[in-house]
Amino acid sequence: MSAISATAVAEAPPTPEPAIRAGSGSKVLAWMVVFGGLIYFFTPLVATGQRSFFAIRDTFGFEAYRRILTDPTFIDTFTLSVVNAVLTIVLSLIVIVPTAYWVALKMPRLRSVIEFITLLPFVIPAVVLVFGLLRMYGPPPLSLLNSSTSTRVILICAYAALSFPYMYRAVDNGLRAINIRTLTEAAQSLGATWPTIIWRVIFPNLKVALLSGALLTFAIVIGELTIALYLGQHTFGPYMADLVRNKVSEPAALTVLSFAFTWIAMGIISYLTRRQPSSKKRGKR
Amino acid sequence: MTGPSVAAKRRRSWNWVGLLPFFVFASAFLLGPAAILLYRSFVGPDSELTLANYQGLVDDQVVESYWLSVRISLMTAVIGGIFGFLLAWAVIYGGLPRVFRSLLTTFSGVASNFAGVPLAAAFIFTLGRIGIVTALFNFVGFDLYDNDFTLYNFWGLSVVYMFFQFPLMVLTITPALEGLKKEWKEASENLGASGWQYWRHVGLPVLMPSILGTIILLFGNAFGAHATAYALTGGNLRLATILIGSQISGDVLNNPGLGYAVAMGMVAIMAFSIIVYTVLQRRSEKWLA
Repeated sequence: MSAISATAVAEAPPTPEPAIRAGSGSKVLAWMVVFGGLIYFFTPLVATGQRSFFAIRDTFGFEAYRRILTDPTFIDTFTLSVVNAVLTIVLSLIVIVPTAYWVALKMPRLRSVIEFITLLPFVIPAVVLVFGLLRMYGPPPLSLLNSSTSTRVILICAYAALSFPYMYRAVDNGLRAINIRTLTEAAQSLGATWPTIIWRVIFPNLKVALLSGALLTFAIVIGELTIALYLGQHTFGPYMADLVRNKVSEPAALTVLSFAFTWIAMGIISYLTRRQPSSKKRGKR
Repeated sequence: MTGPSVAAKRRRSWNWVGLLPFFVFASAFLLGPAAILLYRSFVGPDSELTLANYQGLVDDQVVESYWLSVRISLMTAVIGGIFGFLLAWAVIYGGLPRVFRSLLTTFSGVASNFAGVPLAAAFIFTLGRIGIVTALFNFVGFDLYDNDFTLYNFWGLSVVYMFFQFPLMVLTITPALEGLKKEWKEASENLGASGWQYWRHVGLPVLMPSILGTIILLFGNAFGAHATAYALTGGNLRLATILIGSQISGDVLNNPGLGYAVAMGMVAIMAFSIIVYTVLQRRSEKWLA
């Protein structure tokens, strides 16, 4: 963890001089606030780390990690969730990239409508969404929740919908940074079709934006509990929830791993975002 | 019909088709499910249209769970908002080493996404019955759990929710804080204002719409949370989201229609908080853009 924070520091852009200089009184307050924040945030992490390394009483070791990583249920549910997350990202990209591109290019007036719809997951909480999905797809005539395959498809589609706010935002920011009109006209004058333009011109120019959207989506899907739980899917989230109820050191190990994982994902995102100015230039050239 | 107008028409229809996949997808997995709940919330037991489900919202169980959700959301939004603001202020204007600023941003990104089961687990190891902090308190002769504290009630859940509330405040308010103009500070200094007077009469009033807006956003953020509370209490602490969850798995209200009305009430509150946030955010952009 310290190595990652060190790179984060090294990558910090030269920030402008603070506009407002601090007096000594406010400096004391600032230190107190930061100190309080550090205690609040790190105590649970330290406590969890401690639990995870002392699976055997008074003996430091990686027993909890060994037990977790060799538990077949862990391997099954984690694999399932990883595959779900990847499929969600692919689906979300397929829906969002052409849409955001098309809106920016041809129908800018509809931008706020599309943006509003992509923000709906903030208005419809996951537990309400899954309630609606059960009522929509459960009873006849659709009856899609009887087979586990079709239920899984619905789960992945719901995840893709949940990723819309992050994905659309990332893609839209990426599109604003490149000149899509010029790129499109250049590609068209070379005889490219729409699918070719999106796949070979727009996608490559949005790499950084897409990657941050994808990582965020991954972080959300991998441990998602609510929708998977009520759709009766045995993914990683419900497995972790069970583990928390029944075991001690194993969930601690999993929590440490998932925190480290989230930290890595966010580290990559902030690293990519900081490097973005150079990719912007490349896009414009 | 003349050539150009036909071409123009064809182009218009083409453009519309380009957005069709998105609208179909959004209808199938966002709008559709919400619309079905909305429709069902107006349907009575004999398939007649009625408002009875909404009148049923005064049911004790429903009111209690909404009230608990509102209290926890309000509490964590206000405290989380104030402390998040202070944190963001501390690293931007508090004269701390520059390092803290980028660290706080990255860390806030992590912590605001660290909700759900792992978050619940981390706090069980900290403040649960077997938690380290609980043990520390015992060590100095103070039993938290003998003194009415438990991780599994209003106070406990509030402490846990703070973990994702502060960071969201930090992330949302930082751009607004950075938007304060140097000239305002200089002008107030020239007029003889102290640092505190500057914040009291210039900084805070300019930021107020952003601060209030973000606190309302935090309210919605906590109000819609389900996974953390479920993992922590296994559904024993009756929040509005937990009530909906129990309604899904076994009609605890003994009234399906009422369940739909509860879900819609939740959507209404979330929509309200997002709308107020957007309006206030627009207002603050006037000054800080």
